[in-house]
Amino acid sequence: MADAEAAKPKSGGARQCSVCNQKRAALKRPKTLQQICRDCFYSAFEEEVHNVIVGNQLFKRGERIAIGASGGKDSTVLAYVLSELNRRHNYGLDLFLLSVDEGITGYRDDSLETVQRNKIQYGLPLKVVSYKELYGWTMDEIVKMIGLKNNCTFCGVFRRQALDRGAAMLQVDKLATGHNADDVAETVLLNILRGDIARLSRCTSIVTGEDGPIPRCIYSPNAYRGFAREFIKDLERIRPRAILDIIKSGENFRISASTKMPEQGTCERCGYISSQKWCKACVLLEGLNQGLPKLGIGRTRGLNNDHKMDATQTSGSKPCGTLDF
Amino acid sequence: MKLTIEFGGGLELLCNSVKVHNVKVDPQDGEEKLTMKGLLSWVCKNLIKERPEMFMKGDTVRPGVLVLVNDCDWELSGQLETPLEEKDVVVFISTLHGG
Repeated sequence: MADAEAAKPKSGGARQCSVCNQKRAALKRPKTLQQICRDCFYSAFEEEVHNVIVGNQLFKRGERIAIGASGGKDSTVLAYVLSELNRRHNYGLDLFLLSVDEGITGYRDDSLETVQRNKIQYGLPLKVVSYKELYGWTMDEIVKMIGLKNNCTFCGVFRRQALDRGAAMLQVDKLATGHNADDVAETVLLNILRGDIARLSRCTSIVTGEDGPIPRCIYSPNAYRGFAREFIKDLERIRPRAILDIIKSGENFRISASTKMPEQGTCERCGYISSQKWCKACVLLEGLNQGLPKLGIGRTRGLNNDHKMDATQTSGSKPCGTLDF
Repeated sequence: MKLTIEFGGGLELLCNSVKVHNVKVDPQDGEEKLTMKGLLSWVCKNLIKERPEMFMKGDTVRPGVLVLVNDCDWELSGQLETPLEEKDVVVFISTLHGG
């Protein structure tokens, strides 16, 4: 960014940092409305992340932790802050970078380069898993077959599993993902709009939660999610704390004990966690391989129903986790 | 006056994928001195090649686009009223396109 002119204060507008009272404020924190300088923001941010890690006992000494790294800003910040805090507070963690190559021409090239830089900068080992090696299909090939409609379903489902499978290959205990406050608030709203009680109740929990990193890619210029994102950014402009307040609301939802939740089991085919007989990725993959790519898309639970395989398992549980955008 | 204008976070895609623009801009629309307001209308006319709605909403940037003037959030310098000076660096970063 602009380093040459960085130090030059704006005449008239040079306000001091409300924390150190020494340096020029560089931003207004939406959370506190404090005007704060760059260094004080960094230390406040790092301190807050440390408190969340300690307060929620996220890690144990000696654990192996994979950091889901897309090369974007959020995961780059996550890689920096975890490696910095691990060193500073001596967590005793073994950290790894884990990236997914979806196989979208021109999309990941830049960001995988960024991940390579992260690897060198923070001295963390890097593992890249590709859709091609995991599923036998690149996203480019999937799009060629199914077109631009519904491809986000494939990408989102496959990515989440790809991270988990990569984590298994690295033999890590936990996977850390860089979801920011906007992401979580957006997901809370979406789950309310979709009436997805099961996801609403777990989407704000700090550990686990099966919604993967937000798929946003060249194949999806204006996905449903985009509207929720724009809405919360509009809200933020009116009331900067709105985003954190939505997350707070999501955390405070109490789901009545009589609501039937889908039971979590494992996929009979690949062993991955699934509330159905077959996990979503296996259903989608089966469709692709049979040349019936619409299987598993939309509200009919295609393959599972057709083969009468899930009759016992799903009876009585609410259909949840529809992935149609 | 000479300014450096940078686009990031995906916004560069709206200007032929060029991130850094060294430009010369004069006060706009009868302004005596160039402000961010004038600069935004100049940027829309001269740098944004497609989908201007991804950059602007109404008379200001779309919510979710960070604006930094000399590395300082423009919320602290008066947003649209921020006066610009020779060699200022203005950065636009979208936070709407993935992390």
